[in-house]
Amino acid sequence: MAEKILLKGNEAIAIAAVRCGCDGYFGYPITPQSEILETLSEMNPEKDTGMIVLQAESEVAAINMLYGGAGCGKKVMTSSSSPGISLMTEGISYIAGAELPCVIVDVMRGGPGLGTIQPAQSDYFQITKGGGHGDYRTIVLAPASVQEMNDFVELSFDLAFKYRTPVVILSDGVIGQMMEKVELSPIKPRWTDEEIVKLHGSWAATGKTSGRKRNIVTSLDLDPHRQEMFNAKLQSKYREIERNEIRYKSLLCDDAEYLVVAYGLSARVSQKAMELARDEGIKVGLIRPVTLFPYPYEAIEAIVPRVKGILTVEMSAGQMVEDVSLAVRGKTPLYFHGRTGGMLPSPEDVLALIRSIANETYNPDSFPGHNRLWLR
Amino acid sequence: MAVKGAIEVDVELCKGCGVCIVNCPTGTIALSKSVNGKGYSYSYMENPEKCTGCTNCAVVCPDTVITVYRVKI
Amino acid sequence: MNISDIIKPENKVYGKSRLLLDKEMHFCPGCSHGTIHKIIAETIEELAIQEQVIGISPVGCAVLAYDYIDIDWQEAAHGRAPALATAIKRLYPDKYVFTYQGDGDLASIGTGEIIHTCNRGDNVTVIFVNNAIYGMTGGQMAPTTLEGMKTATTPEGRSHISSGFPMKITEMIALLPGVVYATRQSVDTPAAERKAKKAMMKAFKSQTLKKGTSFIEFVATCSSGWKMSPTDANIWMKENMFPIYPPGDVKDEID
Repeated sequence: MAEKILLKGNEAIAIAAVRCGCDGYFGYPITPQSEILETLSEMNPEKDTGMIVLQAESEVAAINMLYGGAGCGKKVMTSSSSPGISLMTEGISYIAGAELPCVIVDVMRGGPGLGTIQPAQSDYFQITKGGGHGDYRTIVLAPASVQEMNDFVELSFDLAFKYRTPVVILSDGVIGQMMEKVELSPIKPRWTDEEIVKLHGSWAATGKTSGRKRNIVTSLDLDPHRQEMFNAKLQSKYREIERNEIRYKSLLCDDAEYLVVAYGLSARVSQKAMELARDEGIKVGLIRPVTLFPYPYEAIEAIVPRVKGILTVEMSAGQMVEDVSLAVRGKTPLYFHGRTGGMLPSPEDVLALIRSIANETYNPDSFPGHNRLWLR
Repeated sequence: MAVKGAIEVDVELCKGCGVCIVNCPTGTIALSKSVNGKGYSYSYMENPEKCTGCTNCAVVCPDTVITVYRVKI
Repeated sequence: MNISDIIKPENKVYGKSRLLLDKEMHFCPGCSHGTIHKIIAETIEELAIQEQVIGISPVGCAVLAYDYIDIDWQEAAHGRAPALATAIKRLYPDKYVFTYQGDGDLASIGTGEIIHTCNRGDNVTVIFVNNAIYGMTGGQMAPTTLEGMKTATTPEGRSHISSGFPMKITEMIALLPGVVYATRQSVDTPAAERKAKKAMMKAFKSQTLKKGTSFIEFVATCSSGWKMSPTDANIWMKENMFPIYPPGDVKDEID
């Protein structure tokens, strides 16, 4: 029986980083994710694994420390919450442009601006569509449990190095703060410097050894032809990621007459609502995208002809629903329910929404939050 | 013991900034009247007999286009 | 004696460092960057540390430093080189890490990063090239622009009333306990260049002592930005920059 302990989501991230052989964590405190930096500081992994933990002077510095560490082939990670991620966005663009692997955790809180310290899912556009300047994407994983907070750290590093791209774990204040039992990942040793040279010596700046050309980590190329060729290379990498890395969970979709699409915490709430609806005899299924880039358009598209309506539930004013609408293409009514400002969707509200859609009494004004018949 | 020097200028890479000329203690170097492929006048030994091979011109050359030679005579 | 009798490999007393690549530098004629690049290449060659060096180039005229010196490089976002340096040095404590930054990069947009890297005393070398102007973007005011100096964004001359005072970065940096060596050098004369080379050797060597950050400012020229000939720019620098930015060690606690 593997080790199982009760942990907060944020703590699980920290512990998973140490256990999967992370070399460096660089972060800056911001609610609701400060426990990641605090847990790592408390663990002081430098004495056991040699992993460096450093509190940076700002999110801007933290993401650039990631650039530096990633540029020399190390497994590096940072975490922040929405306003801090905005500050990091310049750096994420550079990291994507320099094709460096790293892991960024965004424990989302409500915005815009300073907004609130309460949970939200309103960074969806920013994280899944690139966010910074230039044509780039990051792989985005959306955990819906503390177990997945743990599991996605190692997965993120694997994907980051496989594709040499930043990977974002897009979580929220609830998943970060809530406690669940977690089966910890097996301990993996950090790469030695020799292993890094062997694995990543073709690109990482580790010191120019004789017999190879110098490695230059940069996102700059002033020649328009070469720059366009580089952009084409980036895009073909993203197409490859779309072919290989789509992940989602599908629940009770086989006989479903209505479909709910939601990720992260909203998916947990929606799953409860689905169970309640099934108790009432309304056949509801759930698709939970696990990767938000690449997005499981085809999984949703396949169900569209079989259902009478689709409901997207988010902790935003309507962001992922735009991706759902790309899959639905107006072939069945698409409804949206969103809560913002730190308010959470409730299973009861989602159930009432499903019920009103099923009995054709849907009235957007009779529910709290943001409600719309998104696409008829 | 006297020394005698000479410099070799990579004419095509010289940008004719003239920094070597003002830093030459013996007045050896001058700018050419003709230009190189980039359109710059370039440094050359106008008075080669004066060169002592002190390397001053080469150390201040921003483009590192000067190689210095010296012999004891 | 014929010139051809002198120009022979066995008589060579000064030539290009083998770490300087053959690519022609894109800098304007007389630009101090070229000379400073040369000093770095010679220092790394003479210390025989090519395999252990990671350089970090800035945004600005020196962004392409990686095209000229044959070592591994990372190119940072504007002002962020010290953050990269911190991480690289923490992850590879035995490598030699240096940043190369201009006055816009280090003294304007990157003030946060440079202060904190120096304050942590990260064992890296910072090379700060101060020519009192933004070169790459076309001659705008820098934080180090002198009062009265005309730039594209101070056409009447910089006034402290609207634009503040020239920043004495090296003096500010020297106040931080994490900094072990802070010096100001120039490369306008052979004597200055040789002194600067010694300072560069000292700064790089100090990384092995793990006593803190070594910081070298170069008071430099930008003849294009200043709109004068390279040789006039050197004279102007001496007369106008040196009184505000006097060359010499500001702090030396290496020994």
